[in-house]
Amino acid sequence: MKEIDARGLSCPEPLMLTAEALKNTKGPVRVLVTEPHQKMNVEKLAKDRGKKYTSTEIPDGFAVVIE
Amino acid sequence: MNLSDSKKKLAAAGVVCGLVAVCLAYFGNPANMAFCIACFIRDTAGALGLHSTETVQYARPEIIGLVLGSFIISVAAKEYRSTAGSSPAVRFILGMILAIGSLVFLGCPLRMIIRMSAGDLNAWVALIGFVLGVGTGVFALKKGFSLGRAHLTNRVSGGVLPALMLGILALAAATPLLKSSSGGPGSMHAPLLLALAGGLIFGVFAQKSRMCLAGGIRDAILMKNFDLLTIIGGFFAVMLIYNIVSGNFIPAFDTPGVIAHSEHLWNILGMYAVGFAAVLAGGCPLRQLILAGQGSSDSAVTVTGMFIGAALAHNFGLAASGTAMDAQTQKVVEGAVPFYGKIAVLICIAVCFIIAFTNKRTEGK
Repeated sequence: MKEIDARGLSCPEPLMLTAEALKNTKGPVRVLVTEPHQKMNVEKLAKDRGKKYTSTEIPDGFAVVIE
Repeated sequence: MNLSDSKKKLAAAGVVCGLVAVCLAYFGNPANMAFCIACFIRDTAGALGLHSTETVQYARPEIIGLVLGSFIISVAAKEYRSTAGSSPAVRFILGMILAIGSLVFLGCPLRMIIRMSAGDLNAWVALIGFVLGVGTGVFALKKGFSLGRAHLTNRVSGGVLPALMLGILALAAATPLLKSSSGGPGSMHAPLLLALAGGLIFGVFAQKSRMCLAGGIRDAILMKNFDLLTIIGGFFAVMLIYNIVSGNFIPAFDTPGVIAHSEHLWNILGMYAVGFAAVLAGGCPLRQLILAGQGSSDSAVTVTGMFIGAALAHNFGLAASGTAMDAQTQKVVEGAVPFYGKIAVLICIAVCFIIAFTNKRTEGK
């Protein structure tokens, strides 16, 4: 599974990296972010692209797996 | 409370923030400076004695309220994260640029919207520069610009700026130590408690909605996402209605009572620097205060840079003057950007380009 570690990056870098990964990867993508609003942004991007996602809290942020 | 999951909620957040600004303007804040981050940081810097321009010295409770409102709601909603370490010194410089560019235009992006809603055509001209500045920042982002990662740090670190703001509030409320203007814009203000409450409410809604003037345009250009622009739309609509109803909507350059100037090139370049620097810093001056409130020490450093930039803008005579009636001669004296203010803006833009194209993302892919 492709993993994007966007923890600690400023907006809109987590979204840009996620969008790029979704464009270039066929399988699922796991995105790691630090801030709650970044998690929401990544979830919204997945939703806008018609993809399913699941989010979990990790020790230093959140992991969003986009199918 | 999640405000960012529908456009209606986002627009409503903008409307609430607009109503706060209207209230503060009605109860004493300067005309069309109802809620200006750069002007209010400049006034607060003056109150602390960081500059000595006597007409713009007052510890603005709105700034304190914004940071504390964001701090309180982020702690309550478990969104508080104490982070630091993403090129803090560069962010300090970007903070200085945000303040200097704003004071050459005479207002932060938020005040630009407020001035636009009053029909001030100078602000509409400045919008061109702001959009171009944001666009240049987006170009840098696409080329791989990044200030690097922030890391989770000791929880206390993120609370330092809110604590300092509380300290300024205590000094303002209980001691005669802070300077306070007896004339000029600094002497015009809503009552302390009202202004503080306004700042707190604004801070809460700005934190929950992620309101950001630069982010709105950035997301529209970069991702065709109009969420953040929706908030600004709500804010603008309220201010526009207020100005029309109160007879303050006058579409013109040099609108009487609006602190502004008509040096178009420098309105454009001033806001170009602000838009560019705001994208590089990850948010406009308002957003920096909100991020600092929710625990970002990097944004706290940017805010500190804004305080120093605002102080230097007045100590070195970089800030523009607004068109105003001379009380003695009863003649209109046109506002202007001083020579060194123009040089400073050009340096600010050059520094933005250096920062934008020398800080590349090396990881994260």
